[in-house]
Amino acid sequence: MKKIDFLMAGVGGQGTILASDILVEVGLQMGYDAKKSEVHGMSQRGGTVESHVRWGEKVYSPVVEKGKADYLIGFEMLEAARWTSYLNSDSAVLVNRFRIPPPSVNLGQTSYPTEQELEDYISTRTGQFQWVEGTAIAQELGNPAMAGVVLLGALFARVGGAEDIWLNVIEQLVPIKFVELNKQAFNKGREFGLNTTA
Amino acid sequence: MKKLMSGNEAIAYGAYLSGVKVGSAYPGTPSTEIMENFVKYPGVYTEWAPNEKVALDVGVGSAYAGTRTMVTMKHVGMNVAADPLFYVSYTGSNGGLVIVNADDPGMHSSQNEQDNRNYAKFAKVPMLEPADSEEAKQYVGVALEISETYDTPVILRTVTRISHSKSAVEIEPEPPLVEKTALPAYQRNPGKYVMVPANAKRRHPVVVERQKQLSQYAENSPLNRIEPGDDRIGIITAGIAYQYAREVFPTASFLKLGMVNPLPEQLIRDFAGQVNEVIVIEELEPFIEEHVRLMGIAVRGKEIFPNIDEFSPQIVRECAIAAGLIEAEPASDTPVPRFDLPVRPPMLCPGCGHRGVFYTLKQLGVLVLGDIGCYTLGAAPPLAAMHTTGCMGAGIGVAHGIDKAGVIDRCVAIIGDSTFFHSGINPLINVLYNQGTTTTIVLDNRVTAMTGHQMHPGSGRTLQNKETFQVNISALARGIGYEKIDEVSPYDLDKLSAVVEDHLASKLPSLIVVKHPCVLYAREKHPVPVVDPDTCVNCGTCLELGCSPLTQEEDSISINPMLCNGCGMCAQTCPTGAIQIAEINS
Repeated sequence: MKKIDFLMAGVGGQGTILASDILVEVGLQMGYDAKKSEVHGMSQRGGTVESHVRWGEKVYSPVVEKGKADYLIGFEMLEAARWTSYLNSDSAVLVNRFRIPPPSVNLGQTSYPTEQELEDYISTRTGQFQWVEGTAIAQELGNPAMAGVVLLGALFARVGGAEDIWLNVIEQLVPIKFVELNKQAFNKGREFGLNTTA
Repeated sequence: MKKLMSGNEAIAYGAYLSGVKVGSAYPGTPSTEIMENFVKYPGVYTEWAPNEKVALDVGVGSAYAGTRTMVTMKHVGMNVAADPLFYVSYTGSNGGLVIVNADDPGMHSSQNEQDNRNYAKFAKVPMLEPADSEEAKQYVGVALEISETYDTPVILRTVTRISHSKSAVEIEPEPPLVEKTALPAYQRNPGKYVMVPANAKRRHPVVVERQKQLSQYAENSPLNRIEPGDDRIGIITAGIAYQYAREVFPTASFLKLGMVNPLPEQLIRDFAGQVNEVIVIEELEPFIEEHVRLMGIAVRGKEIFPNIDEFSPQIVRECAIAAGLIEAEPASDTPVPRFDLPVRPPMLCPGCGHRGVFYTLKQLGVLVLGDIGCYTLGAAPPLAAMHTTGCMGAGIGVAHGIDKAGVIDRCVAIIGDSTFFHSGINPLINVLYNQGTTTTIVLDNRVTAMTGHQMHPGSGRTLQNKETFQVNISALARGIGYEKIDEVSPYDLDKLSAVVEDHLASKLPSLIVVKHPCVLYAREKHPVPVVDPDTCVNCGTCLELGCSPLTQEEDSISINPMLCNGCGMCAQTCPTGAIQIAEINS
């Protein structure tokens, strides 16, 4: 079993932690040793949220090592770029095309980088960069908060494994009344991933 | 069957499996979720105590009565609980007493990164340190057995990366339901439990003898194990550092310690004899390293690995490469170019009442002696209206000291409600008793917001979600003897400013209770104010509130309706009346 290291980065309130809970559980159910680690506490106050998920035959560190992430899933464009040093030339990057300006930008002290600047910066490490219309797709389904599950669908298109496992875990971990909607979000994300992955 | 659990969830589960019946704690990152999870198990009593010292005294009483007990806290909470820690070390605990201590290397959510392994040595109590969630579960049970066998409290130490990381935990059979028989009478033994000097003098040798026995236990305990590998490098490590070291040194020999106090000297000697070089890998202080060196064994640790900040696999790898312990990896990746990304610091939530207070204090130009909670974010720009923050309960005492030093600045002490109950009452009494003039502002949102909305003595609900007595802060101050007390809303900026001015001018010891529910907890939302772009001169005055929905566009201010809570403070600050609210909120 080859190890797979994932990094998820976003802003507090975006559902990054729920998505990483789903991802680590999928790994365990697929038969991997799986661990995850995240830093929160201040996250609900609009700060950065980072979540590390690791699958492998035997996983020691719950934290991904710099330069060794296999996948970077960005819930927000700027936050994705912050983790560029964790990538290598084989890493794949999925970034939700969505921006949340930090306070310094709102105050007019700094400017938010352009999409092209962020893509170019991340691409200094890897050629496998993909924008995902996560928030737009989730919005179409009626709830932009499901962007994380759309991203998981796009990730599934690359990582693979039994689809049943992914869907069952989503069913277990999202609130009951949103199960069907989240499954739709996952499928839309998978389709998006399949159509855009050459 | 295996289930993913965070370290904190696993500790709660382990406590349940081991028959812990009483739990007491004050919330503190990264320890909070232990008690929040433990309360869900059947047949247990849990509570939020007003502070860690009270929590530990409660735990001591429960353990004296023969009940298995758990007390949890973050590392700086142990400073507050140090007094009971030291006496219960002398008296012994009778029933099993496990004190869970969560350190925060890297200071993800703390004011320092003190290494609390030193407390175990200082107070002469055993300390266990798990390296993942499965060990966290198991070690609770082991800690309780040690506690009862050796009549001592036992500290279980985690760090943020253990408490907040998830890994697989083996699900065990449900513990047997114990029929409640007649309650036992308390076994009175004042010679053991009354720590007057004569008794304490008799107890200290008992403690020293206990340490010797525990050292013997450590030699043979499965908590400490040698993992044989190649004999070039032998690594002694514990806790999360073990996991990082295992990534970086896949083939080395390891002495993995689960018990970090007392240390197994013979086992360490045997291990050192099997390898060419002994390396200690531990976060923060050279706790193990110094002990090994004192034993006369050549060892390297902190000359290679840092004694500040938390470790990570890459820090361990980079340091190991720099010291020549391992080969450098081929540099296949291009270095990342420099690109200054805007930072994203946490900030007060949209609509948070604290904002009105700090905005007002900044306008008034007063010196603000602060405290620990969400409201410490009032120190960050653009509000930048807090000038000291040290520890829980510090602000009122610091303000009084500045007052007595005779400075001319106008000062206020500011403290949250949970922090006030934690350690704000004594300094409030001190101001009155010693005839100070400090004005104290309590930000009263009726919940411990910072750590995730835990209940406290002012919330009206217990940890077990039962309705209970609600402590009224104004009434409490009146009872102490305060005469100048006002309660105000932070959403009426003019009124708030007038009240603060009045209190400062009075030169009396005084109290202002600013009342507002935590917006993240109450989830109230009001209509979003509307900006008239023709009236807005884009002066940026409203931006001084530091409220994230307010954004400066090219020609005017805009308000992000997804984020805005409709509190209306921005409309009050607007000098041209360009921001209109549909409804006045208070």
